[in-house]
Amino acid sequence: MAQDTLLEVDGLTVRFPSVHGPIEAVRDISFAMGREKIAIVGESGSGKSMTARAILDLIRPPGERIARSIRLDGTDLTRLSPRQMRQVRGGRITMVMQDPKYSLNPTMSVGAQLYENWLIHVGKPKRLSRAAGQKAVLEMLEAVQINDPPRVARSFPHELSGGMGQRVMIAMMLIPQPELMIADEPTSALDVTVQMEVLKLMDGLVARNGMGLLFISHDLPLVSRFCDRVLIMYRGRIVEECRADRLHEAQHPYTQGLLSCLPSYAQRGHPLATLSRDAGWEVAP
Amino acid sequence: MNKNPSSGMIEVQDLSVRYGDFVAVKGVSFSVAAGETFGLVGESGSGKSTILQALAGLADDWSGSMSVDGLALVAGARRSLAFRKHLQMVFQDPYGSLHPHQTVDQILSSPARIHGFGSIDRRIAEVMEAVGLGPQFRFRLPHQLSGGQRQRVAIARALIVEPKVLLLDEPTSALDASVQAEILNLLVTLRHERGLTYLLVTHDLSVVAYLCDRLAVMEKGSFVETQPIEALETGAFDQDYTRRLFAAAAR
Repeated sequence: MAQDTLLEVDGLTVRFPSVHGPIEAVRDISFAMGREKIAIVGESGSGKSMTARAILDLIRPPGERIARSIRLDGTDLTRLSPRQMRQVRGGRITMVMQDPKYSLNPTMSVGAQLYENWLIHVGKPKRLSRAAGQKAVLEMLEAVQINDPPRVARSFPHELSGGMGQRVMIAMMLIPQPELMIADEPTSALDVTVQMEVLKLMDGLVARNGMGLLFISHDLPLVSRFCDRVLIMYRGRIVEECRADRLHEAQHPYTQGLLSCLPSYAQRGHPLATLSRDAGWEVAP
Repeated sequence: MNKNPSSGMIEVQDLSVRYGDFVAVKGVSFSVAAGETFGLVGESGSGKSTILQALAGLADDWSGSMSVDGLALVAGARRSLAFRKHLQMVFQDPYGSLHPHQTVDQILSSPARIHGFGSIDRRIAEVMEAVGLGPQFRFRLPHQLSGGQRQRVAIARALIVEPKVLLLDEPTSALDASVQAEILNLLVTLRHERGLTYLLVTHDLSVVAYLCDRLAVMEKGSFVETQPIEALETGAFDQDYTRRLFAAAAR
């Protein structure tokens, strides 16, 4: 991994003003990843989604992003102009959000949306024909294992199930052949059986296209099966990093607490463990 | 309203629920004994929440029969005050189910007043203590509370009228894992202390495994199978669909 660093975040802070003084949603975090599947896990408010948004420079004023550097394959994203950043966003880095119902345009057919994205990131820059774009759209729908791509291309988002919508979303995010895909709770709105199908699909596509995947989730058991490495965030800081398959050996009391509070058949008749939060967890390690 | 003392706490016979032309629940029957916790499991659109809504009187077009503690629901008629007192509901989203402009005190006092309880002030203090909310929260608004605290308020609102049955619709799905553990512990304690009967709807088999005594698996409006909870330890299910669900959840 170290020999092939794809993304390197150095000293990232996200700060919002409030009447009680500035609030830091992300506090001076640093991490590096290669072309691998890395998860950021934490509870709501831990700063995991803000980290993803900050990488794409999507923090809205009055919030501000402060970072020593955010390097994507050598390019420091913090030094790019807004215009240059727009080419990275949705091009070299794409993002899949939680709920396809809100991230697809309800007034455009699926095919038209995919085509528009292709036109902006592939067709126009490479001066390709309309026919090439339409072919690319159908190929992408096929790549995400949609039966009958022409029919789905003609349909509108409200005609699709949650799982289909998320496949369409992933297809759209693959079109520019990104180096890095950020997925923010991509399967949390889906039924469990569909969840596994979508994860398997993403797994295959990441491997095939040699992308990096930054997977944001609150679900520790899920990421331990799906990802290579896990970063655990608590109140804006990364408190622990471990190999996904070694999650059960996690050292930090917060990580251990998150794992031990899960309900199961074996726990029946016993009260579940709850977290007793320690002020010390908020201090930089 | 005939009382039938020999039946279970919740009796549902051949229940069908329609939304226009769409049949959301197709001839479902089950019985839940007093003090039992029964889980309804299935994917989105399988009809599990619709059963709760029918029991809560929120679905108009239904056929079959439903009764709670021997009090029958009559299609097309208003549910009696007694029926509504016996059966209270806790919803998934504590952000959407509390009035944003009412304090915890107001949220808790109105059901108590509707059901004619006296000494409301003392009742509110008691029920807040029962759900683990300190007195400092009494005059706060929902947006000043965390997700877990709001779900405690929603549970307190259900409990203040001393119901026999709680309908729980994904009560912990919107919560963080550590907060989910706190709410599940609370539900177990309350069930024990007050002899409550729970009907729980969830997509999360691990919550069912922890909390329920029996479960029914739904697909496309029908029960696929009903099993004692031990089936979740062994995975001994009759139907392919349930086995797939179990495998996906077991991860």
